[in-house]
Amino acid sequence: MSAARWAAVALLAAVFLIALAANLFAPAPYAKQFRQDLNHPPTQQYPLGTDELGRDRLSRLLYGMRISLLLAPAAALLSTLLAAIVGGAGAYIGGVWDRLTNVVINLFLSLPWLFLLLTVRALLPLDVPALTSVVITFALLGTLGWAASARIVAATVRDLRNSEFVLQARASGCPSLRLLLRHVLPNVKPILIAQFWISVPLFILTEANLGMLGLGVTEPLPSWGNLLRELENYGALAHRPWLWAPLISLVLVMSLFQFILSGEEYAS
Amino acid sequence: MSLRAIGRQLITVLLTALIGGLLGATLVRFAPGFGAQESDLNAQLSAEARQALHEQDARERNVLSYYAHYLGQLAHGDFGYSRSLNRPVVELLRDRVPETLYSIAIGVGGGWLLGLTLALPATWKQSPLYSTTAALITGVFLCIPSAVLALLFLVVGSPGRIAIALIVFPKVFRFSRNLLIKTYALPHVLTAKARGLSGLRILGWHVFPNIAAPMLALAGVTVSLALGAAIPVEVVCDYPGLGQLAWRAALARDVPVLVNLTLVIALVTVAANSFSDLLTPSATRDVL
Repeated sequence: MSAARWAAVALLAAVFLIALAANLFAPAPYAKQFRQDLNHPPTQQYPLGTDELGRDRLSRLLYGMRISLLLAPAAALLSTLLAAIVGGAGAYIGGVWDRLTNVVINLFLSLPWLFLLLTVRALLPLDVPALTSVVITFALLGTLGWAASARIVAATVRDLRNSEFVLQARASGCPSLRLLLRHVLPNVKPILIAQFWISVPLFILTEANLGMLGLGVTEPLPSWGNLLRELENYGALAHRPWLWAPLISLVLVMSLFQFILSGEEYAS
Repeated sequence: MSLRAIGRQLITVLLTALIGGLLGATLVRFAPGFGAQESDLNAQLSAEARQALHEQDARERNVLSYYAHYLGQLAHGDFGYSRSLNRPVVELLRDRVPETLYSIAIGVGGGWLLGLTLALPATWKQSPLYSTTAALITGVFLCIPSAVLALLFLVVGSPGRIAIALIVFPKVFRFSRNLLIKTYALPHVLTAKARGLSGLRILGWHVFPNIAAPMLALAGVTVSLALGAAIPVEVVCDYPGLGQLAWRAALARDVPVLVNLTLVIALVTVAANSFSDLLTPSATRDVL
């Protein structure tokens, strides 16, 4: 990995740590209202100003980043696990199970990801406590976002199942479980790790889209999605440029992910 | 391409769309709050009208019988009735399909035009500065949610559907650039270059036939990508298309609209993918 890529990793880690320690860096709690300072421009007390309810924008941004940066990897872990179980198990067993797995994967991939997410999210209760909405949003990302990864995992396991070293191990009487744990899984691990890292920025972006549509994390909890909704008041953007801060921070974090991941892509 | 392969693809398209529609109906049926009627709170409705609405709701409670009944009606051209928008679904689809098709055409056409316009010079020049700049431009559009991109176009007074083209273009650029670099390094293309053939002739006669099949496979993927991006773009820009209809129907839990939309969208996506699958070797499909 090049020096520039290491720098990107370090910067991303720094952003992650700052978001993780939001309660240390944020000037105020995310829901605290300063009712005497509604829509206040940036000052030393409020570095990014306050919103229409008098809440400090910088604090909300830091807490919002914490939610997205902590829960997107959790959702990515869930989707990668599901991809490994569904795609990997089907391809490893083979025969009817492999064909059945393929049908299920193709079915999930036949609907655009956002349409599927929008439909399922809207069918769940919308009027829920903010914390429940966080769990619902990211759990849905994890449980519905596994199909593309499963397709890649299944193709890899299928190739491995028919590879010479696995056939030789099987011919030597190696038990199925040992074959899976000692020969197949170590070779699938890099694919699973790559799929996990590819899913993280995808889930952050999807949560932002859902939040813009009013189906993501609900108030008063901040997230990148619901913070971006302030951009809908686009008449105010010209004379209140600090409203761009959530978008700029999102683009910065996503660019770091893209930069790191593109290196992996070219390397492979 | 044999008739058997076409037949198999057609059956796959139909089956996937039908199962997709059934899944849509099942999800709606088991969603919390299904069957709760706003009409119960409407004092202007008579007891008979409320009773009629409850009977209609009761018919939709059994997913399988609802879906079988729905498919029977569909065979006769009856797509059902939207309770939230108070109009026949077929009318809603007829009104909104052209809007979404227009958005997708702009998105796919613009994305391909932009992607190829940047990818071809990146391959010909092989300049690190050009490649880095092009990669940066595509990278930026991969980092912005489609809804925000549409909003930015509204801010500058441009049509928001251009955002769909900017969602599609990074995928086209990255795939076609990698493919073109590999193809231009093939021995027969290098020989053609060494013999002094013009750039246009090399592209048309030696490169294009090699990249046509994988590019066609990518075309299927970009239709699905554009369709997905159309949803937030139509909602944010208030375009009366299928994406906006899906959003409204999802929020209102409008069973007939959601089932029909799932069926239509699955049909379009699977048909686009199947069409490109038919013309593409399987090795190419795995890398997309």
